[in-house]
Amino acid sequence: MTKFTVNDRPVQYRMDPETPLLWALRDASNLTGTKYGCGTGDCGACMVEVDGEAIRSCLVTIGEMEGRFVTTIEALSRDRSHPVQQAWAAENVPQCGFCQSGMIMAAAVLLKKNSNPSKAAIDEAITNICRCGTYPRIREAIQRAGRVARGEAVLSAAPPPGIDPDDAAKAVPALTPGK
Amino acid sequence: MGKWSRRAFIGAGVAAGGALVVGIAVRPGNPIDGLSPLLTDGENEQLLNAWVKVDTDNIVTAVIPHVEMGQGVYTALAQMLADEMDADWSKVQILEAPADMQYVSDSIGRDFLFPNLQVPALIEPTVAGGILELAQAMGLQFTGGSYSVRATGQRAMRTAGAAAREMLVAAAASEWQVPAAEITTADSMIIHAESGKSEPFATFARAAAEQSLPAKPKLKSPENYKIMGQPKARHDIPEKVDGSAVFGIDADVPGMKYAAVKAPPVIGATIESMDATTAKTMPGVLQILNMGDFVAVVADGYWQAQQALGTIDTRYSKTEGDGLDQDAIFARYASHLDEAGEDGGDMQTEAGDITKGFTEAATKVEAEYKVPFLAHATMEPMNCTAWVRDGKCDVWSGHQAPVNARQAAADAAGLPFEDVTYHNAYLGGGFGRRSDSDAIIMATRIAKATGYPVKMIWSREEDTAQDHYRPSATSRFRGGLDKDGKAVSWDNIHTHLFDPADAPTIPHYNIASHRIRKVDVSMHLRFGPWRSVDHSQHGFFIESFVDEMAHAAGKDGYAFRRELLAKSPRHLKVLDTAAKMSGWGSALPEKHGRGIAFVPSFGSIVAQVAEVDMSGPKPRVTKVYVAADPGFVVNPDGFTAQMESGIVYGLTAALYGDITIKDGAVQQSNFHDYPMLRIDEMPEVEVTLINGDHERLGGGGEPGLPPIAPAVTNAIFAATGTRVRELPIAKHDFA
Repeated sequence: MTKFTVNDRPVQYRMDPETPLLWALRDASNLTGTKYGCGTGDCGACMVEVDGEAIRSCLVTIGEMEGRFVTTIEALSRDRSHPVQQAWAAENVPQCGFCQSGMIMAAAVLLKKNSNPSKAAIDEAITNICRCGTYPRIREAIQRAGRVARGEAVLSAAPPPGIDPDDAAKAVPALTPGK
Repeated sequence: MGKWSRRAFIGAGVAAGGALVVGIAVRPGNPIDGLSPLLTDGENEQLLNAWVKVDTDNIVTAVIPHVEMGQGVYTALAQMLADEMDADWSKVQILEAPADMQYVSDSIGRDFLFPNLQVPALIEPTVAGGILELAQAMGLQFTGGSYSVRATGQRAMRTAGAAAREMLVAAAASEWQVPAAEITTADSMIIHAESGKSEPFATFARAAAEQSLPAKPKLKSPENYKIMGQPKARHDIPEKVDGSAVFGIDADVPGMKYAAVKAPPVIGATIESMDATTAKTMPGVLQILNMGDFVAVVADGYWQAQQALGTIDTRYSKTEGDGLDQDAIFARYASHLDEAGEDGGDMQTEAGDITKGFTEAATKVEAEYKVPFLAHATMEPMNCTAWVRDGKCDVWSGHQAPVNARQAAADAAGLPFEDVTYHNAYLGGGFGRRSDSDAIIMATRIAKATGYPVKMIWSREEDTAQDHYRPSATSRFRGGLDKDGKAVSWDNIHTHLFDPADAPTIPHYNIASHRIRKVDVSMHLRFGPWRSVDHSQHGFFIESFVDEMAHAAGKDGYAFRRELLAKSPRHLKVLDTAAKMSGWGSALPEKHGRGIAFVPSFGSIVAQVAEVDMSGPKPRVTKVYVAADPGFVVNPDGFTAQMESGIVYGLTAALYGDITIKDGAVQQSNFHDYPMLRIDEMPEVEVTLINGDHERLGGGGEPGLPPIAPAVTNAIFAATGTRVRELPIAKHDFA
């Protein structure tokens, strides 16, 4: 009932199958990059990729996830090397950062489907809410990530000093075998 | 131990391993009213602190006494310190100061930061008294009022950096036996060109700590800035693109349980009775608590707690707020304003002869404006994790005033301040909401009742309905124009005043006679600071009325404001810049309009021109041109982001923001009925920054907000001839 794949690892949640995916990810797997913002699917802070689609994880249950492949922000890349993450850093997109995991997941899925989205296509695809107002930079960053993904540009927005890229991929206890 | 003025004092010492530590405390402007009498000189002042550490590996650590909520304060403040130090930016690290009154209880904070630190007492005992009392009363580390860069940065971070640099140079001069004046510094290196000697800062860190403290460290003049004024990448960005940034809601404490809460819909009511028969039987439920002023369900998982909470049938006490509706609130404002009449209310400012001004006016203009209650709707709902056990308390959250949060938790736990450890995380939006400690107190009380660690999260519904709201308000104006269409008199009376006191005033506009009064109207709702605070209301009121006066004078809004600002070249430059950027005066398509607004706030001067397209079913803001002069822009990219941010926050409110009251309770609950601007409605934003006064800096977090609502409504008027006198714009039908 609740067996599926999270970030390339098989997981069985010993939880009520009616539990929203969001809370299984956050409370059981400690994958806290996926955020709770509204619980009603309005804000998109909880967006994850499920079998290639951007899904609001507060709206789907773990029962419905049976057999599916879920990717969260923590596994978009292990070292912030995904073009969307690089473009996000290069454009200094995040402010408070709370909505950004959902934004980045939505952007990554959009670029998978359309590597050269117009402003209108971006506006249509990105339905997440940001209260800090990162929208103008998100438009820029998605187009920039698209150029990187298409091989037209390279980007290494190196993390600023004092922040080790390795801390991007902290081990997730719930997903580490033997724990 | 050195001391150079009553405004600032400094301390230094050696940390374990030979690191140099320099600390500085200053007390610049304090936005909190009521505390200023505690200071003997009667000035509005606030105690702040900043530290720098130079490690033996030549890493410079800036200790930032402010919290990061997206405004980029970590980076901007570190830039100010590093520049004065001549530090190598690639070797600068940032650390948020712990929630501790370093100057009050002098050991805990230092131990947290620098174990085994042996320093002379950082506190200057002779400055105790007023400052100490003030520090105890309000806590030290408040982030708000757009204060961080202009106060802490300008007065503390820069001074700390310059002091550290001078001490390092003095140590090198002594060791090398050369005059200090011959020594230069660059990129965290100390250089004596003549002898060809150069050493990293770290070489002299220990010796520097033994130097006498500079009486008054010399600060750079702008032409020598190397790091200030540069668009440095924010330090907090990388962890915000991979999900690893930890917010309050992400606190992870072993054995932690989860709490969902519900408070009475009418603020001030209490729980009279509750029926939790079903909830008790639900899976995962551990405890159901009637806390008197709210109900809490504690469970193994948050979703389980929420589900169980939803089944509890609760009866609430009656309050005076019951039965109150939104219309009655505005009627109450109107009756208070009517009562004040021609000469009542509290006078805020008065200049010239207002009666004469109106008698002599050739044209008189009158208008009344209304703005609604607003919720903050931070993306991260209010939350807090607490653990009270064995006479100790640990609290995890994101708060704009960590020391206050710690004190609130101590009070709620019934423990002394010293026995509470407060762990501050990134704030998923602050906007003023996270300066209140209600969530801290609730979580601590729950944790005290359970004995184990509990993470309390408010649902979005709870977050919307239990906010400390931006107050609704009504403002009435009378204006007089002479025969040439020049503004000669200005008479304003409005409901409510919170902070800052200058929000309703117009010192920048040259109007011979003016008078501004307020009336207080009581209400059962809780109010709190909301990004730009009273400027969010008065910016709309003032700049709408200026536009109405311009129209009555037969002039366009830009030309009319130019006349009013004629004697203020710095203001005029900002206005002119925004107008020029927008191509003011050039033709626009039919049903398009351009509106201008000008609001100095928090020490920064901002003008905006908005373009609206009224050809569709609802107003569409297509473009916003911003000119801003905050004195000196420390991080142009960061400041630009704050302008964009203020516009989104303000435009969302202008278009949609409307918290309404029915039967005493807030009617809105979530984003479906308290809608937010999304990317498809985001105008293009163009920003020009002006450095108009490098000594007196203004803020960045708030000043971008106040002009946007009036710029848009003035543009709507230009496009349609319809004047929007009540927000939100969504209330109006322009068809």
